[in-house]
Amino acid sequence: MTIDTDTLRNQAQSSRLSRRLLAERYSSYWLTAAGYLAIALFAGITLLLLYRSLPILAEYPLSSMLTSANWDPAESNFGFLPAIVGTVYVTTLSMAMGVPIAIGAAIYIAEYAEGRTKTLVAALIDVLAAIPSVIFGLVALIVVVPFMGNYVAPVFSENTVGVGIFTVSLVMAIVVTPFMISLSVESLESLPDELRETSLGVGATKFETIRSVLLRAAGPGIFSAILLGFGRVFGATIVPALLIGGQTQIPSSVFSTGQTLPTLIVNDFGELMSLPLTQSALIFVGLMLVIVVWLFNFGAMIVQRRLKRRWQYQ
Amino acid sequence: MNRYTTQRLFGIAVRTAALLIVGVLLLVIGVTVARGGGVLLADPSIVVTPPGSRYMLEGTGGFLHAVLGSLFIVGPATAVSMVAAVSTAVYLQSDYSSDRFSDAVNMFLNVLWGTPPIVYGVFVLTLIIAAGAQTSLFFGIIAIAIFQYPIMTRYTDEALRAAPETVRETTYGVGATRFESMRMTVRAAAPGVIAGLVMGFARGIGDAATVLFTTGRSTRMPGGLFEAATTLPVLIFDQAMSFNAEVRSHAYAAAFVLTIVVLGLILLSKLLAGRYARYTPGGNR
Repeated sequence: MTIDTDTLRNQAQSSRLSRRLLAERYSSYWLTAAGYLAIALFAGITLLLLYRSLPILAEYPLSSMLTSANWDPAESNFGFLPAIVGTVYVTTLSMAMGVPIAIGAAIYIAEYAEGRTKTLVAALIDVLAAIPSVIFGLVALIVVVPFMGNYVAPVFSENTVGVGIFTVSLVMAIVVTPFMISLSVESLESLPDELRETSLGVGATKFETIRSVLLRAAGPGIFSAILLGFGRVFGATIVPALLIGGQTQIPSSVFSTGQTLPTLIVNDFGELMSLPLTQSALIFVGLMLVIVVWLFNFGAMIVQRRLKRRWQYQ
Repeated sequence: MNRYTTQRLFGIAVRTAALLIVGVLLLVIGVTVARGGGVLLADPSIVVTPPGSRYMLEGTGGFLHAVLGSLFIVGPATAVSMVAAVSTAVYLQSDYSSDRFSDAVNMFLNVLWGTPPIVYGVFVLTLIIAAGAQTSLFFGIIAIAIFQYPIMTRYTDEALRAAPETVRETTYGVGATRFESMRMTVRAAAPGVIAGLVMGFARGIGDAATVLFTTGRSTRMPGGLFEAATTLPVLIFDQAMSFNAEVRSHAYAAAFVLTIVVLGLILLSKLLAGRYARYTPGGNR
C-alpha cells in the first residue's frame, strides 16, 4: 500500500487553514465585544448611578435639593447648594487663572522657543502633567497654605489659616495648565507654515500674526484643551479635599472654607455605608458630576465643529 | 501703543507664562525632594517596614503596606486594562469597523477620558454595595482598570493609526487573515503601545480618587485579594493633614517615592519607545 502524500499534505494544509480561520472568527467575536466596551461602560455607569440615586430623588424634589443651603444628612437635610456654589467658585477662579497662563506658555513653546530650549520646556511640562495631584496637594499644604494665611489673606483683611476656595483654585490652576498647554501646543504646531509666512508677508507683526491668524486657526483645538481643563477642575477630588477646609456652607468670600461636589462625597463617606438615604444622596452627587461633564463634552464637540467651520483657513 | 511695543510686551508675557510654569514644576519637585528626601535619608527603612499597630496615630513602623498595595493594585489593573485597550483599539481600525462606528466609540472614549476619577470610585462603590461585598484589593483593581482603560485605548489607537499602511498591505498581500495582519500592525506600532502601557501605569499609580472608597484605606499589610488594602496616594492623602509630625513626615517620604516612581516611568516609556522602534518598518537602528 502506498501512502498518498498529496492527500496528506492537502489534509494538513486544510486543517491549518481551518485553524487560522477559526482563530480569525473567535478573535473577531472578542474584538467586537471590546469595541462595544466603551459604550457599555458609559451606559453602565449612568444607569447604575441613576438607579442608586432614585431613593433620594423619590424622597425629595430635585429643585428643592439643588436650591437648599442646608446640608445635614443626620437630620435628613440634603441641600446641595453650598457644594454647587463652591464648585462654581473653584472652577471659575482656576480657569480664570489657568487659561491665560496656559495659552501664553503654549504660544511660547509653539512660536517662540527654539532648539534645545523648546525640547526642554516641553519635556518639563510633560513631567508636570504626569505628577499625581496628591503631590500637588501635599506641596500646597507645605507652601501655599501658610503663604495664603500669613501674607495674602491679611492684605484683604480676611482671617483664615490659609485653606479655602482661593487656595484650591490657585493649586487647581497649576494642576490643569500642563494638560491645556500640551494640547494647545499640538494644535498650534499642526498649523501649516504658509499661514505664518503669508501673514508676516503682508506686513503683520509676529503678535498680530499670532492674535489674528494662528489663534483662530488653532482655535477649535485650544477650545477643546480649555474644556478638558474645565472637566479636570470640575471633577478634581484630592486637591480640594486637602485644601478646601470641608465646611458645608455657602462661602462668604473667596477666602472662606467651603465644599465642592467631589469633596462632599469624600468628607461624608464615613456616613455613607450606614444611612441608605445619605448613600443615595452621595451617589446622586456622583451622577450630577457625570451628567455635567458629559453634557459639556458633547456640547463641546458641537461647538468645536462650528468653530472649525467658522475659522477654517482652507 | 506702537505695534512694535505691543509685540515686545507680548513676547515678554508669553515668556513669563512659560517661566512661571517651569518655576512651579521646580518648586513642586524641589519641595517633595527636600522634605521627603530628608525623611528618607534619616530613616530609609520606612519604605520596607510594615506599619506598626498604632501607625496612623504615632507613625510606628513604615509604609510597606502602601507600596505593596500600589503594586498589587496597579500591576494587575494595568494588565487587564491593556488587554481591553489593545482589543478596543484594534477593533476601531478600519479592518473591523466602519468609520462611523469608530467615530462614535471614539466620542464615548473621549467622554470617559474626561470623566472625573471619583465617578469611577463611586461607580465601583455602588457595585460593591450591590454585591454586598467589602472594599478590597480586588475592587481597587477594577476601579483603576476602568480609570486606565480610556487613557490606554487612546494611546494605542493613536499608535495603530500611525503604523504604516504598508504593513497591512503586505500582510494581506501574502494571504494573512485580518487577525494575523492586525498582530503585525500591533507589533509595528509597539513603541506607541508600550508608551501607552507605561503612561497608563503611571496615571494609575498616581490616582487616589478611584481607590479612596474601593480598597478600604487599610493600615495593615495586604492580606489577600478580598482583603482591605491601601495605596501610596491614599496614604499620602490620609496622612498629609495629621497632627502628628511623625505621621506627616511619612506622607512626605511616600510623596518622594511616588514622584520618583512616576518620573522614572516617564523616562522608561521614552526609552522603551526607542527600543521597540526596531519593530517599526524603517525604524531599526
